[in-house]
Amino acid sequence: MSSLPAPFTLSDHERQLRERRRGRRRESATAWGFVLPSVLVILGLSVVPVIWSLLLSFQADDLVTPSRWVGFDNYRALTEDPHFSQAVGNTLLYTVLYVPLSMVLGLALALVLNRRIRLVGLYRTLIFVPFIISETAQGVLFSFILDPQFGAANSVLHKLGLHSQGFLSDPGQALPVLVVISLWSGTGFCVMIYLAALQDVPQPLIEAAKLDGAGRWHLLRHVVLPTLTPVSVFLVMWQTLNALQVFDLVYVTTKGGPLGSTTLIVYFIWQQAFQNFTAGYGASAAYILALALLVFGGAMRLARRRTSAEGAAR
Amino acid sequence: MTTTTSTTATGATAHPRTSPPADAPPPRRRLPFSAWHLLLAPLALLFALPLVWLVLSSVMSNAEINRFPPALWPSGIHLGGYRYVLGNAMFPRWFLNSLIVSASAVVSNLVLGSLGGYAFARMRFGGSRALLFLMLATMAVPFQLTMIPTFLVMKRLGLIDSLGALIVPSLVTPFAVFLLRQFFLSLPRELEEAAWIDGCSRLRVLFRIVVPLSKPALSTVAVLTFLTTWNDLTWPLIAINHDTQYTLQLGLTTFQGQHHTQWAAVMAGNVITVLPVMLAFLGAQKSFIQSITSSGLKG
Repeated sequence: MSSLPAPFTLSDHERQLRERRRGRRRESATAWGFVLPSVLVILGLSVVPVIWSLLLSFQADDLVTPSRWVGFDNYRALTEDPHFSQAVGNTLLYTVLYVPLSMVLGLALALVLNRRIRLVGLYRTLIFVPFIISETAQGVLFSFILDPQFGAANSVLHKLGLHSQGFLSDPGQALPVLVVISLWSGTGFCVMIYLAALQDVPQPLIEAAKLDGAGRWHLLRHVVLPTLTPVSVFLVMWQTLNALQVFDLVYVTTKGGPLGSTTLIVYFIWQQAFQNFTAGYGASAAYILALALLVFGGAMRLARRRTSAEGAAR
Repeated sequence: MTTTTSTTATGATAHPRTSPPADAPPPRRRLPFSAWHLLLAPLALLFALPLVWLVLSSVMSNAEINRFPPALWPSGIHLGGYRYVLGNAMFPRWFLNSLIVSASAVVSNLVLGSLGGYAFARMRFGGSRALLFLMLATMAVPFQLTMIPTFLVMKRLGLIDSLGALIVPSLVTPFAVFLLRQFFLSLPRELEEAAWIDGCSRLRVLFRIVVPLSKPALSTVAVLTFLTTWNDLTWPLIAINHDTQYTLQLGLTTFQGQHHTQWAAVMAGNVITVLPVMLAFLGAQKSFIQSITSSGLKG
């Protein structure tokens, strides 16, 4: 008799458990319903292609007929391809010129634009606007401005009594000219990031340094720059990753020429895959680029962690 | 003439987080002329000049552009370039294509990004941590690595040479999912819980309560999605062959070759290509810059 209530509570408890389990299962189903479209698109168009790309890089493939397994032949061929080494060289030169210049220019402008000056908002806008303009539009615009015959640039040089220049049609000038175009559009980004970071420089620190008699230069060198270090590390990473992946601008302005002087690595990959229809060869070049980016990204992440740890210690 | 107050106001558009320093001078005092203008004005002019030139050359007559040395200032406003471009049967179509692709990318990134982000932020399901990690890891995969197989995937789906090939890959980005998840995590749970306990479905909670509270994050996603899809050239170049399916950026590249004596028309086309982004920027400068700096700084 006394055992009667027990099964009741037990079954009640069990029912609760079952309900909770069912509720959790329903929640799980809903959650999967929520994430499934994203998962399908994102993983379907990244994880699958990453593996596919690896397989492709070991094959000869023309995007149409069935491919043939060639092992490491593509990679071996890349090491002997003068066009590939030229593309790597051009890309490194472009990066080495663009990244430091954009950052130094960006920092200098940000320091000035952080002052209380009249019209500072207008200056900021003018310097930032080129950043939002597509590389295509930039390319079209600058091929017109720098056109050796019809361009405004030579027109101005002419008025100043200077010699006309070949600009993008001169193998010796084309790459630096591309860097200048990229600086025109990319410096604004560095300015904005540095301006945002300058807001976080602790005011008491600056006042304390001023009280200690620090001049402008000392203030910059010992107070402002150290607090900007994490942002600078970020910008090195961001600008480098972007510089290594430039394509649109090259496609629109020079198509890699003249004489291959502006063939950057992504342009080389595109050319191999979609112009020469050697997709396997292009994929192997893409894999080398991706590994380089991965190594670089990992190194910068380490550097970033170290600087943020230092920041925390300070 | 700008007074101090208006200067700080324009400054604040770029710096939403700025609070006026405690020792700011009284607001009514006018800022003295600064020697920095001697440096800044020419520099800013240098940055603005190519754009000024873009607009100027788009309203030049062909004679003015084609003479040597070319004119530096148009004699009047000649709309021949614009008339030529807009009268060209293809150009308005490219504009429409770009608009369709960008608009669908923005809408679907907001919807799918919210759904995914909300599930990762608030719901428990098996494998969610691993899945989130995997999604995040794909942000590190460069596009160049995936572009050849993506072309092959789209080819198997029969989408190559159609707008579908442009829309499908941009339906949702890991960036949108992740950014919205982070934002949802920062919202107080209580509001949602009350509605949820009252019997609201998750979907209702998300779109009636969470989404309306998430305007800053949603506008960040919208702005950046629009900017990247509108400005993209690489993928349309790979995925599209037939000129009826071109986007503006792609059309512009062929335009340049075809009409290469018609620089005024090319520049008019360029102005029209740049205009939507420019208008979006000038209209929402504050959230634009905020979204770019914040996504950059956290990226």
